[in-house]
Amino acid sequence: MTQANQDPCAHCEEMMQPYLDHILTEAERVEAEYHLDECDWCRRRYRFEESLRVYVRQAVNEPMSASLKQKLAALRIPLN
Amino acid sequence: MSGATVAEMAEAPPDATRIAAEARDRVRFEEEALALSDQVFRVARHLAGSREEAEDLVQETYARAFRSWRSYQPGTNLRAWLLRILTNLNIDRGRRKQRAPQTTPLEANDYYLYDKLAESDGAATDEERVVERLSQDDIVTALAAVPHDFRDVIVLVDLGDFSYQDAASILDIPIGTVMSRLHRGRRILKRELADSVLEDVS
Repeated sequence: MTQANQDPCAHCEEMMQPYLDHILTEAERVEAEYHLDECDWCRRRYRFEESLRVYVRQAVNEPMSASLKQKLAALRIPLN
Repeated sequence: MSGATVAEMAEAPPDATRIAAEARDRVRFEEEALALSDQVFRVARHLAGSREEAEDLVQETYARAFRSWRSYQPGTNLRAWLLRILTNLNIDRGRRKQRAPQTTPLEANDYYLYDKLAESDGAATDEERVVERLSQDDIVTALAAVPHDFRDVIVLVDLGDFSYQDAASILDIPIGTVMSRLHRGRRILKRELADSVLEDVS
């Protein structure tokens, strides 16, 4: 399938992850941004993805317990 | 410093000097490794299935790292080196247990989750608000439900900030595989999140 006869929003969806990862080629990036400029529907979904990434990082962040930290320090090999 | 005179130190057998230098290197290694433990745990927590497993895994990793510190090359990425030990231990123990054939994971398109969330909300479709409909529990559970191969890559790259190259060498897979698993894994994660939200509603 060529890009020309593909639904532009479906094509934009395909480019979302690589766009946000900054791994598109310059030409692809320009193409994605051209579509995003005129398509509110896709733009919302890109913004959602960005928020989601930040949100997930925060949600899964569980600090290490102090007791584990102590156990790790105790694993050090004593100098003799 | 008392005791040894300059002359005595100069005469110290080369062995003693070498041992002292090695002890210094080892102490430095241990301190650098321990300083990274918060970051190592943060990643380990989601490579492992539970908090308890993650704690065991991190302890085993540090025990092994302290024993085999000589194989670490100073100046290279110590966090990646520790994570390589950790993922190997995790694969050894965890995956032997779950021998059940992995069913092909269901992934949805990239827009799927947003569509589900916006659809079940109706009025508020502001992107930042929509994301808040996911609870912390939803996210932790959904991530744990992503099959190992995909989850490892998401956790290393998206949560641990490892480069594709580092993730590839930690997991001992080609960089192209890292990229394709990351891409699919995020879709699987979103599918899991969408499912958890639909369950909450019903």
